[in-house]
Amino acid sequence: MSDTIASIATSLGVGAISIIRVSGNDAIKIVNKIFKGKDLERVPSHTIHYGHIVYEGEIIDEVLVTIMKAPKTYTMEDVVEINCHGGISSTNKVLEILFLNGCRSAEAGEFTKRAFLNGRIDLMQAEAVADLIGSETEKERKIAINGLEGNSSKLIKKLRQKLIDIISNIEVNIDYPEYEDIYEVTKSDLEKEIKEIKVSLENIIKESENGKIIKDGIKTVIVGRPNVGKSSLLNRLLDSNKAIVTDIPGTTRDIVEGSILISGIKLNIIDTAGIRETTDKVEQIGVSKSIEALQDADLVLLLLNNNEPLTQEDLDLINKTEDKNTIIVINKNDLEEKIDISNLESSNIIYINTIEEDGINNLKEKIKDMFNLEKFETSNYNYITNTRQLSKIKECLKITLDIEQGLKDNLDLDILEIDLKNIWNTLGLVIGESYEEELLDELFSKFCVGK
Amino acid sequence: MEVDIIVVGGGHAGCEAALAAARLNHKTLLITGNIKNIADMPCNPSVGGPAKGILVREIDALGGEMGINTDKSHLQLKMLNTKKGPAVWALRAQADKITYPKEMLKTLNSTKNLEIKEAIVDDLLVKDNKVYGVKLENGEEIKAKAVILTTGTYLKADILVGAERTPGGPHGEKEAKNLSDNLRKLGLTIQRLKTGTPQRLKKSSIDFSVLEREDGDNILRTFSFDTKPMYKIEDQVPCYLTYTNENTHKIIMDNLEKSSMYGGYVRGVGPRYCPSIEDKVVRFKDKERHQLFLEPESLYYDDIYLQGFSTSMPHDIQEQMVHSLKGLEHAEIVKYAYAIEYDAIDPLEVKPSLENKKIENLFTAGQINGTSGYEEAAAQGLMAGINASLKLDNKDPLILKRNEAYIGVLIDDLVTKGTKEPYRMLTSRAEYRLLLRNDNADIRLREYGHQIGLIDDMRYARFKQKLKDIDDLTTYLKETKVTINDKELFEKLNTSPTLDSVSLAELLKRPEVKINNLRELEKIPDKYSDEVLEQVEISIKYAGYIGKEEREAEKLKKMESIKIPDDINYQEIPNLASEGRQKLDQIKPMTLGQASRISGVNPSDIAVLSVYLKRLS
Repeated sequence: MSDTIASIATSLGVGAISIIRVSGNDAIKIVNKIFKGKDLERVPSHTIHYGHIVYEGEIIDEVLVTIMKAPKTYTMEDVVEINCHGGISSTNKVLEILFLNGCRSAEAGEFTKRAFLNGRIDLMQAEAVADLIGSETEKERKIAINGLEGNSSKLIKKLRQKLIDIISNIEVNIDYPEYEDIYEVTKSDLEKEIKEIKVSLENIIKESENGKIIKDGIKTVIVGRPNVGKSSLLNRLLDSNKAIVTDIPGTTRDIVEGSILISGIKLNIIDTAGIRETTDKVEQIGVSKSIEALQDADLVLLLLNNNEPLTQEDLDLINKTEDKNTIIVINKNDLEEKIDISNLESSNIIYINTIEEDGINNLKEKIKDMFNLEKFETSNYNYITNTRQLSKIKECLKITLDIEQGLKDNLDLDILEIDLKNIWNTLGLVIGESYEEELLDELFSKFCVGK
Repeated sequence: MEVDIIVVGGGHAGCEAALAAARLNHKTLLITGNIKNIADMPCNPSVGGPAKGILVREIDALGGEMGINTDKSHLQLKMLNTKKGPAVWALRAQADKITYPKEMLKTLNSTKNLEIKEAIVDDLLVKDNKVYGVKLENGEEIKAKAVILTTGTYLKADILVGAERTPGGPHGEKEAKNLSDNLRKLGLTIQRLKTGTPQRLKKSSIDFSVLEREDGDNILRTFSFDTKPMYKIEDQVPCYLTYTNENTHKIIMDNLEKSSMYGGYVRGVGPRYCPSIEDKVVRFKDKERHQLFLEPESLYYDDIYLQGFSTSMPHDIQEQMVHSLKGLEHAEIVKYAYAIEYDAIDPLEVKPSLENKKIENLFTAGQINGTSGYEEAAAQGLMAGINASLKLDNKDPLILKRNEAYIGVLIDDLVTKGTKEPYRMLTSRAEYRLLLRNDNADIRLREYGHQIGLIDDMRYARFKQKLKDIDDLTTYLKETKVTINDKELFEKLNTSPTLDSVSLAELLKRPEVKINNLRELEKIPDKYSDEVLEQVEISIKYAGYIGKEEREAEKLKKMESIKIPDDINYQEIPNLASEGRQKLDQIKPMTLGQASRISGVNPSDIAVLSVYLKRLS
């Protein structure tokens, strides 16, 4: 019924062992063809076997092979996992041999898609798997695992139960108006109920936005006029932490210069080209990118020079960052103070210089305070980290506001109940209990290969 | 003998089916076991109620008879749910059990192309999976191009009272013994259902003085869009309320095993929403009392129907139970309550046109399809009559969508989800309730009625005029502005004035402003009828919510517009879950929308199916 797919399930280059996962009707048969050791078609399910991958008489790699027969597998199909020991090149070779023997390369997210299509996991869990693949820090992993175990599903299910209780009561009142001894839901019941639902939704959103920071990190932009010391600050931050210096390709349009961890939270530092009016064409492109980066930054580090008075350019930058989470970093505090900051209203001012450790540590403390990062440690990560799901929850919150307005306008209960049903349905979409065609396409295109 | 269409059964489904077929110029024969029981009401003496009342309005909009016939024959009329929004308003009538059938028979008799015959049908004449007539109990064969079965509760019917099981239909009529076995032989799936009816009491033996009285509305109304009220407000007959008590519950609990239900004598599946009184007492132990209604059955005889007290207890226990009720201490039971079991087919074997999937030109409607209720039956009867006629004329069937009519919801539910208990129409089954209102049934459906030919030009012209009036009045309200200078107007409307000028339509959006207030203040031209005013008010006041539902309905339309070819092979589609595959194969949905509503077909199956369909096209 389903063809057999294969791909490397672990990150290439990380660790000594790579796992190739094969799933589909012929998974065992195909692996058996290239495996020298026991006859894999005769071994019991969920067992591990030592042997070699052999191709045209040549031993390619020494491997452990795990045989898992349907349906108790991740995809609910026959699954074979090959633990390769020989490093990237031999792992790639094994994969190639599998393709030559009838496997097809798995598309992005296809294992999880099959798990979903075969009824193994619900939509919410599928999305959590996608998040798990991308998770780097420990906290991200926790959020991803909570999602996977259906904690967010549980929370949403509880809300939906609450909704369906009042909805069904209202409907009974509509269908059986002549029964005087059936409890009649009143507008004040609904008012009370909707208040509670609103609070739950607001909490989910708030916690989830924290969750987003845990998952995606704090998007940090350093701005300041040329030669004020942006590069030095950047290098200082990165140096001091032996940071995970990585590019995150394709995730944003920004170039992430590097990431550091503060209290386990990732600070993604975005390179900016310096914001100032310019006529140079190349620089113009850079500048407009910087402004964009500034617009969706979670944190702006605005760098000023202690040794010079404020310029018009500085003032423009101060204006542009007014409504952001901004820390004003005054550099070169080892030089004479010529800057006049008496007109700056911000309480978030840090003095540094790029030689001493103290200023940088102060800056980090400030960031911790600002995002309440210490508190993140103790939270339960039961919340939604997926943008699609979160936007649905926000949609629900908006509907609760409509209902509150409707109550003020003295609208009939049976009309307001339409909105209640709407929330119920929308929450259903979040956990995949309602159907929307485009959802799946969107969802599965987001997956990386493997679990 | 040979006709175009044979209708088997003279209940509410049969009457509508026969009338529609004959009115659409097909030579029609209605076969019934007993002409005296045409359009009989063997259970409650009422027509309408929430959702059901809207069904009746829809039947009327399409050109069916139930609305008109009820207008001719009711004892009391009431609009229910008026304290709630217009989407759930519903008319309910106490029908006169003598007049209603009498009027219906008159109409049937005066309809061209329609003949009535008394007989019991034993078998269908089928060749190459196509029906060509019926065979009667006496062996006589009658040929027809199409057959509509509306057999009600008569298929292999058994009456149950306590441990007693007696073959027979309501009123001691003969049951149809052989037909369901023969349907089974033809390959149809037969299921066993159960329903029940309460006691009838002698009016003069009831002490009404201690009971709560329920009167009809003091506004004249009609079910039909075309009739004028034929009754006087003060002539309406009241209903009364009483309640069960501790003693009643004790009698029931003490004798529980004597009832057919709890004694294990019942095989059929009864409806959850219409439980017997013993069910209610057992299932809701904490409830101190259950509400009962005393409804008049007719002006021409003395029976009072005790709604809410249906039971399958033996007669002596029923006596005790009834006498334990307030006001009924000395009540004389004229007819005991009973349960009835009957055969029905599996509606999953029926197409949305109500034609059978296995036997061509065979249509079914009403209780044989697993529903309960006069209105549900009539609605299907009408659709079966229409679609049998369209089939004989080589035209596409009329399939109403879920956003167009409760009739659409009803039939789609039946043929898509099936039913394991008698199906009753409820407002909660409709997802677009605000679109499917009592007041706008004609706007939704009359166009279809006219196209098909059941709504004549005169009725259609009146409808068109109404549409025009609605349009004119809406424009007028939008264009007529008032300013802060009309201080008196704002005061009288009890609403706050605005600085800018504001249109009457905008004023009407305010919760406190009613269109009748505007009329009283002479802000509305006289020429518009009440129903035009009502229509305009609803569409202005609820525009936001109506718009929301319309947008939702658009999504449905998109899914409904993706057709699934008849010859699709679900075995060939990779990645369908096995339950989904089996259900799709069994039900053979006509559209992706219908497929998405089948239970057991999950969203991923629909995604897989939609990709497959896209690739096909």
